[in-house]
Amino acid sequence: MADPMKIRANLVGDSTEVKVLMSHEMETGQRKDAQGKTIPAWFIQKVNVTHNDKVVLAAQWGPAVSKNPFVSFTFKGGARGDKVKITWVDNHDDSRTDEATVA
Amino acid sequence: MNTNRRHALKTGGALSLLSLVAAAGWLKPGDAAAADAWNKSAFETHSLDETMKALGGTSPVPSNDIVFFSTPDIAENGAVVPVGITSKVPQTESIAILIEKNPNMLAAVFDIPPGTDPSLTTRIKMAQTSNVYALVKANGKYYATSKEIKVTLGGCGG
Repeated sequence: MADPMKIRANLVGDSTEVKVLMSHEMETGQRKDAQGKTIPAWFIQKVNVTHNDKVVLAAQWGPAVSKNPFVSFTFKGGARGDKVKITWVDNHDDSRTDEATVA
Repeated sequence: MNTNRRHALKTGGALSLLSLVAAAGWLKPGDAAAADAWNKSAFETHSLDETMKALGGTSPVPSNDIVFFSTPDIAENGAVVPVGITSKVPQTESIAILIEKNPNMLAAVFDIPPGTDPSLTTRIKMAQTSNVYALVKANGKYYATSKEIKVTLGGCGG
């Protein structure tokens, strides 16, 4: 199980600004180790962000997203105390879901 | 004999219906990323044309309504290149990031549901100095803009 995500959700005017830092190797499958063996690809493929069970951002990623991926975006609405839930799924079918409270 | 023919007609009919559905875009990959399977073919493309085909679109129209922000002209570390993209195209449905000279061109596709600002930042990896495309799907059409980001490996500027 991967480390938890760091999520910030802040109310700015009438919008909620979400910043998320995920903890993931994002191995491309292009690199080789010291023995010259290819390190297998291991990266997040899908990301889903919901606010009150409504999807506010959905993404599909390739291995070209940086290690420990960062995303920030803004959606309209939201109130203090609301939950923002983020889920990722990687190519090993491993997944992680974390929640943050809008502040 | 006759029944066989009937059967063939029936299956033929069903098949063409399916392709019609696909053509109408109901089965198109790339939409609703969360619900659908990961679009493997799109992430294995090597050129803009191939990527567009895999996403089910046509050549994007160059647009000045798509703007890069907080994006460097020169990135010192290709492993972490911050990219920010804002789309002012009305009815933006998705924003994709493509890197021309990476082993696989498509880096990420973000679906923007109504209510979410068509503006986001993330960080990407770049193998070398390359054009980076911001591809926006709006109202079923594709728009793009590009920006060259120089990657300096080893430190001294280039």
